Amino acid sequence: MSFDLPFVAESFVALLRGIPLTLQLTVLSVVSGGILAFGLAFMRISRKWWLDAPAQFYIFVFRGTPLLVQIYIIYYGLSQFPVLRHSVLWPFLREAYWCAVLALAFNTAAYSAEIIRGGLLSVPAGQVEAARACGMSGLLLFRRIVMRLALRQMLPGYSNEIILMVKSTALASTITLLEITGMAAKLISESYRPVEIFVCAGAIYLAINFLVTRLFAWLEYAVTPKNRNSEERRA
Amino acid sequence: MKLKSIIAAALLAVLTSGQASAQEQTKVTIATEGAYAPWNFSGPNGALEGFEIDLAKVLCERMKAECEIVAQNWDGIIPSLTAKKYDAIMAAMSVTPKREEVIAFSTPYAAGINGFAVAADSPLADMPGTGESYSLDSQAADAQKRIDEIAALLKGKAVGVQGSTTASTFMDTYFKDGVDTLPYKTTEEHNFDLVSGRLDAVLANATVLAAALEKPDMQGAKLSGPLFSGGVFGVIAVGLRKEDIALKAQFDEAIKGALADGTIKELSLKWFRVDVSPRG
Repeated sequence: MSFDLPFVAESFVALLRGIPLTLQLTVLSVVSGGILAFGLAFMRISRKWWLDAPAQFYIFVFRGTPLLVQIYIIYYGLSQFPVLRHSVLWPFLREAYWCAVLALAFNTAAYSAEIIRGGLLSVPAGQVEAARACGMSGLLLFRRIVMRLALRQMLPGYSNEIILMVKSTALASTITLLEITGMAAKLISESYRPVEIFVCAGAIYLAINFLVTRLFAWLEYAVTPKNRNSEERRA
Repeated sequence: MKLKSIIAAALLAVLTSGQASAQEQTKVTIATEGAYAPWNFSGPNGALEGFEIDLAKVLCERMKAECEIVAQNWDGIIPSLTAKKYDAIMAAMSVTPKREEVIAFSTPYAAGINGFAVAADSPLADMPGTGESYSLDSQAADAQKRIDEIAALLKGKAVGVQGSTTASTFMDTYFKDGVDTLPYKTTEEHNFDLVSGRLDAVLANATVLAAALEKPDMQGAKLSGPLFSGGVFGVIAVGLRKEDIALKAQFDEAIKGALADGTIKELSLKWFRVDVSPRG
């Protein structure tokens, strides 16, 4: 097989049109899934069984089933119920776009909740006691002490999750969305040259995830106290 | 000296491989999609069934070849043929110039007839030309007139097609502007979305739609507008690797025989209730 450079360049440019949708799906699902994950994490550590049990069940279900199956159930499954098709939710669930965001958000929430819980549990009890001794309580304690320390523990695991989410958006192509992978499938159907096109698509995902990795490396650097300048430390 | 022996070895390899493909093949692996009833599909017990499965058995008998039929996803069916995962494709595949750049085709064994299906209670339920049939080749002008009328009705509507098919080429060619054409992995999936109301219409092979419309969950849908054949829909043939000249000759002869003695017509009537044999 010969590698046809003009064709590769042409495919690459065509695939770039899929990037905005891939990024939209990632950002929307990570943000909404992240909010849901915080709720779930607090339910898990609440020490109240009636909050803990439903959160545990949710995480069990969404971590234990394939994302593709979740997408199919939300997109094709829900639309089989006439009750739902006549409900106020239908204008929203009718769109493949929102079904994909919903499935991705539900999925990432389950994984992120456990990452957040792990981070929160890693905060040493002594630190919290010390903060209380200084008179901090409630939100102030959480914001200044618990979250600062937990965030540092969460970041490496969470960056993994974001990278997985960028790649998971490829599954949205199965429900008619033309993000990078969907666009690649369309181009292949016109040219029957899967190698060049999938290599280009892979390169684009690699570039996006490179930026995600850099962003998290910077974030990790920023939240580590020894890297902060002395000015800030004094304040 | 060394170079010479390399060249000689290469020549020998080319020659012997040429010989291999020029020999009659006695073992043939045929790929089908397995999700395109009644052409090819998985039956209740999981085994492949359909018009093309029966036809493949007939052709193999005529070629005196031992055949294995395997299922393969539609969107990878051509790349896997060129990657030698199997030797032939029988999956209601139309002959198109784009495909002919990559693979070879046998003599056709069926014609591709396509049409729209819509919800019976939709404003599209009786599009002009319902019940009529047009060839995009010999009746190009009349077909175009109907297409223009339908394009006006479909403006701003969502139409589902199976991706990488002649149906999607047809939509891209004749309904490029104003119609939202959405690609699906299988026809079953776009039928789901027609019933759920996400799609206003679907375009697919008329025999496949007719079979799907008989199912209880498709009761609310019907064929609307004329049937189209020829042109971008072309004819349906066995897909083969370009270098397998001998195998193409074997298939050509077997298909010609099965057309001549009426076997293909008989199978077509059994599975579709209409004769889809290619004309002329």
